[in-house]
Amino acid sequence: MSFSERGEDPIKELLVVKNLKKYFPARGKLLKAVDNVSLSIDSGETLGLVGESGSGKSTLGRSILRLIEPDDGEVIFEGADLRKLKEEELRQKRKFMQIIFQDPLASLNPMMTVGQNIEDPLVIHNIGTREKRRETVVELLDIVGLGKNIIDIFPYELSGGQQQRVGIARALALNPKFIVADEPVSALDVSIQAQIVLLLNELKKRFEISYLFISHDLAVVKYLSDRVAVMYLGSIVELSSKEELYKNPLHPYTKALLASIPKMPKNGNPQKRFSALKGEIPSPVDLPPACRFQSRCEYATGACKEQEPVFREVAMGHFVACHLA
Amino acid sequence: MEELLVVNNLKTYFHRYEGIVKAVDGVSYKLNYGETLTIVGESGSGKSVSVLSLLGLIRKNGRITEGEAIFEGRDLFKLNKEELRQIRGKNISIVFQDPMTSLNPIMKTGIQIMEPLIWHRLMSSKKARERAVELLKIVGIPDHHIRAWDYPFEFSGGMRQRVMIAIALACNPKLIIADEPTTALDVTVRAQILNLMQDMKEEFNLSIILITHDIALAMNFSDSIMVMYAGKVAEYAPVAEFIKSPLHPYSQGLINSTLDIEAKEGSIKPIVGAPPNPLNLPPGCRFHPRCGYAEDICRRVEPEYREIGNNHYVACHLAKGGRIR
Repeated sequence: MSFSERGEDPIKELLVVKNLKKYFPARGKLLKAVDNVSLSIDSGETLGLVGESGSGKSTLGRSILRLIEPDDGEVIFEGADLRKLKEEELRQKRKFMQIIFQDPLASLNPMMTVGQNIEDPLVIHNIGTREKRRETVVELLDIVGLGKNIIDIFPYELSGGQQQRVGIARALALNPKFIVADEPVSALDVSIQAQIVLLLNELKKRFEISYLFISHDLAVVKYLSDRVAVMYLGSIVELSSKEELYKNPLHPYTKALLASIPKMPKNGNPQKRFSALKGEIPSPVDLPPACRFQSRCEYATGACKEQEPVFREVAMGHFVACHLA
Repeated sequence: MEELLVVNNLKTYFHRYEGIVKAVDGVSYKLNYGETLTIVGESGSGKSVSVLSLLGLIRKNGRITEGEAIFEGRDLFKLNKEELRQIRGKNISIVFQDPMTSLNPIMKTGIQIMEPLIWHRLMSSKKARERAVELLKIVGIPDHHIRAWDYPFEFSGGMRQRVMIAIALACNPKLIIADEPTTALDVTVRAQILNLMQDMKEEFNLSIILITHDIALAMNFSDSIMVMYAGKVAEYAPVAEFIKSPLHPYSQGLINSTLDIEAKEGSIKPIVGAPPNPLNLPPGCRFHPRCGYAEDICRRVEPEYREIGNNHYVACHLAKGGRIR
């Protein structure tokens, strides 16, 4: 689509999240899983969301879709605040917002055939006749690289990669504008991971889909994203364009994440040891005071222990929450 | 250098209702004192079975139908149960992928470290206690005097894996088998555990067999690499040689499909298709249906596993003098 066709507003913000909060009660305290998160995703854009387990990235993804009810904040999708919509209005909006899960087998209905699984969203939204829906399913199978010969078999008969393709086909059934992809390749074998990543990338271009791509793997995120947000203990600590983040990471946590990954040794120089961050992610119930990362940060100074850093723009489109950046 | 372990033509078959699964089908490898061998492969390639078979740690329907495993001059397959028990946990110990399911959940960690000491080393309970605490200190558990008497659920994933390593180290083994030891851990913690294993290896002159699906990790961490596919060894080489010229098309495929953080966009080339059904293996070379180079001979004749260069072995018809024709 060219800019002129889109009218005056070529880079439309499809999704805007403002000060989103989700707290869970935990042993008389509050577990701040998502703590005041703001972000936006343009149409056709992929935002990568990176963090370790317990950082709140999945809770954030699900809160955006209201699969988990957020406690506070706004989720504005195509101009409408999802948290203010009535049930039926939300149901209509949700057609355009889908999710792909990590474990493809667990996310498909085991009692339904592949065809029924993919058709299900169309049935729920009462779209098309039975024959028409069947045609759509065949078309969707083709789009995700599967043959129609598997339409009447059950998910458990497929390999992990095929199951994930079925999950993707189901997410595409309603022609969504936005997909939350929650660790969609983490459970797959290496040779299959690459296939799925390439498929997701192709779909993004073909159907102009926006993704919130959640992963703990910075390499996978790099491949698919336009911009990347790094999350630590419920809040976003750095956000910038992909090029900028990988070339010039500013937050000490982002730097540590990037350094800890084993890189493919070129020219025969293997690493026997890897750069490791000290300690482990603290309990989200007892957050460190002021900067959340100070307990593991090698640069931490007095200010980091006294005052919470503001999430600010330090360069064009490059946001970071660190006193020292 | 002296050989600690030599495995020759190992065949482990599983008898299932549907037929015989040749999980490990004629695998040979060797390991020198103080060296790390990494076995790389996708799920179902037989990488775990080819090592766990040595210790009798396979399911009841599995049979070792052929082969020998010479460990310090003795064939492990000729030992009776009691003799094998004397070696397992003492001379050869294991670190598994998931420390939560491999530790006993209702036993204090210190007691679990004391077990092999009392059993194999015939230590007094008092001595074993002291040694257990000392081992926790060696593997980097803070407050080890107190933590020794906590239960596994009170530890984080990374700390639990440290406890597993402490148990593995307890009897001063010659060989540690690490079966996907970091797969369940977060990236920053993964680096810590790998560094710990490298430290322990150097300090105690251990040999390590690392089993992983991560080829980037394998190419950094090991002294030699063995790539497995569908129950057979595709390639074996010292690591420097492997980095310089990986020869088997499957090894190359794994490298090219790995989403490396430094890879350029568009350089990812996934391997087509999926691994074969182990009950219905393709004739000829097992990799030929997915191989871009496959010729007529590959479809008919199973390639011989042969030495092609200095200690560099490959099972491919087309590999000649350092490259694929």
